[in-house]
Amino acid sequence: MEVLNYPLEITYIVASILFILGLKGLSHPESARRGMHFAEIGMLLAVVGTLLSGEIVSWEWILSGIVIGSVIGTLMAVFMPMTAMPQRIAISHAFGALAAVLVGINEYVVHTEKAYGIMPALGFEVLFGALTVTGSLMAFGKLQGIIPSAPITYKGQNIVNIGLFFLVLGMFVYLIFFPFDAAIFFTMITISFLIGIFIVMPIGGADMPVVLSLMNSYAGLAAAATGFAINNKVLIIAGSLDGSSGFILSIIMSKAMNRSFANVLFGAVGSPQVDTSKLHEERPINRFTVEDTKFVLEQADRVVIVPGYGMAVAQAQHTVRELSDALEKRGVKVDFAIHPVAGRMPGHMNVLLAEANVSYDQLLEMEVINPTMDTADVCIVIGANDVVNPAARTEKSSPIYGMPIIDVDKAKTVIVMKRSMATGFAGIENPLFYESNTKMLFGDAKNVLQELVAEFKKN
Amino acid sequence: MTNLVELLYILILAGFVGFEVIKRVTPTLHTPLMSATNAISGISLVGSLVAAGSDHFTSQMLGFVAVTAATINVVGGFLITERMLKMFKRKERK
Repeated sequence: MEVLNYPLEITYIVASILFILGLKGLSHPESARRGMHFAEIGMLLAVVGTLLSGEIVSWEWILSGIVIGSVIGTLMAVFMPMTAMPQRIAISHAFGALAAVLVGINEYVVHTEKAYGIMPALGFEVLFGALTVTGSLMAFGKLQGIIPSAPITYKGQNIVNIGLFFLVLGMFVYLIFFPFDAAIFFTMITISFLIGIFIVMPIGGADMPVVLSLMNSYAGLAAAATGFAINNKVLIIAGSLDGSSGFILSIIMSKAMNRSFANVLFGAVGSPQVDTSKLHEERPINRFTVEDTKFVLEQADRVVIVPGYGMAVAQAQHTVRELSDALEKRGVKVDFAIHPVAGRMPGHMNVLLAEANVSYDQLLEMEVINPTMDTADVCIVIGANDVVNPAARTEKSSPIYGMPIIDVDKAKTVIVMKRSMATGFAGIENPLFYESNTKMLFGDAKNVLQELVAEFKKN
Repeated sequence: MTNLVELLYILILAGFVGFEVIKRVTPTLHTPLMSATNAISGISLVGSLVAAGSDHFTSQMLGFVAVTAATINVVGGFLITERMLKMFKRKERK
């Protein structure tokens, strides 16, 4: 009964190829923009092809949706500041997943006869879609500061979450055999929405890179499942590209924190019970003034700057670039060392520094820069803490033991810019601050950097 | 049933292609990667279009909201990816 619409199928094949070429372009900043043009053309082809396929009999709601969506999308893209990028990424996963859920519900309530036969795909689609919608909205709320970003935990939380998960799974299996039970279908969706809220609730700000990557992956899986449900191959391909992208990012992020997925989702995230008696032990630290810092930097041949979330909070990326320019003018070689989980999303620091006009070949990955850290004369740590904590290498009892770090302590002098001696997100003491080659420069990162740049401009 | 198997082939092979391609994405561009894949997965738009363009009122309503949400992702996602990629420049240094 279903006759293949050949022109449409060919359009979809071409679109799929263009999507893959588009992502391939992202292997290098030089080819990235051309790649995106491929992907955009692919999307245009797929949409136009669908509109002309003959399946469309009414236009008013399509046009309204496209117009409203384009206006909102454009406004968000043009006016959203780069610093709000993590939130934007989070909410976009919610939109994508919402579309998948609605298409799934439509199949169920309108094309009922057909829907019963495709229940495995349909169930998967609405289940993953629904939990991605609320999970992403929770992540958005935390990043935007609407919801406290600290983990919200209560006793028995994991049991509740796992219980709900099995409940939903049970309903899903039941529906495969008894698909006509609409009450169960909608209860399953409702509980999936709740699960999305509950699984992100206990996850703290510093773990957001993993959450965003996972949501990226889930949104892709929901799209791929939609493809199964409505027998659309380009949806399956695009969905699985998105799914594998999110999956790879999740792996990279988890590895960079030396944590498993399970640990991120169910672990006592961000609330490690550290022995606090040791925290308040009085140990001498070396304080530096802006003048001292300038003096040390003047003697340096190679400076490595390590940015962290603190730089993003202080919005100091432009001032950081000014400092880097001032140093380069004096013949100092400046590199930036980027830890994979620095910030709140994958690639956060890179985007902020690129916005501030830092050349992308100065942004070095942890694995690239670490073997060269002993040749750095000065290493400046700006608003980073856990990602430079040497306890991760040495102290077996530390909650971050085993996490790969940037080996800043191997530089001849380490200057740590920090607001105060407060511990980082994980609440873990950082022995780096007490090393003899570490100098502490207290104050707001942006103010301190501005003073430093002014010092350099004096002569 | 043959159709399901066919679709599974596509899913698995596309997953492998995705894995190989995305493994090579430079970490510098991980944020643009997320917004790009997000725009691409806005392809659920094609499913939404069919729903919104049907002659059934419920479908039209569900489809309308879905089209709006997916369009935000497609249009917004590609625009913001371009905006970010434009920032990644290489400085000419002596």
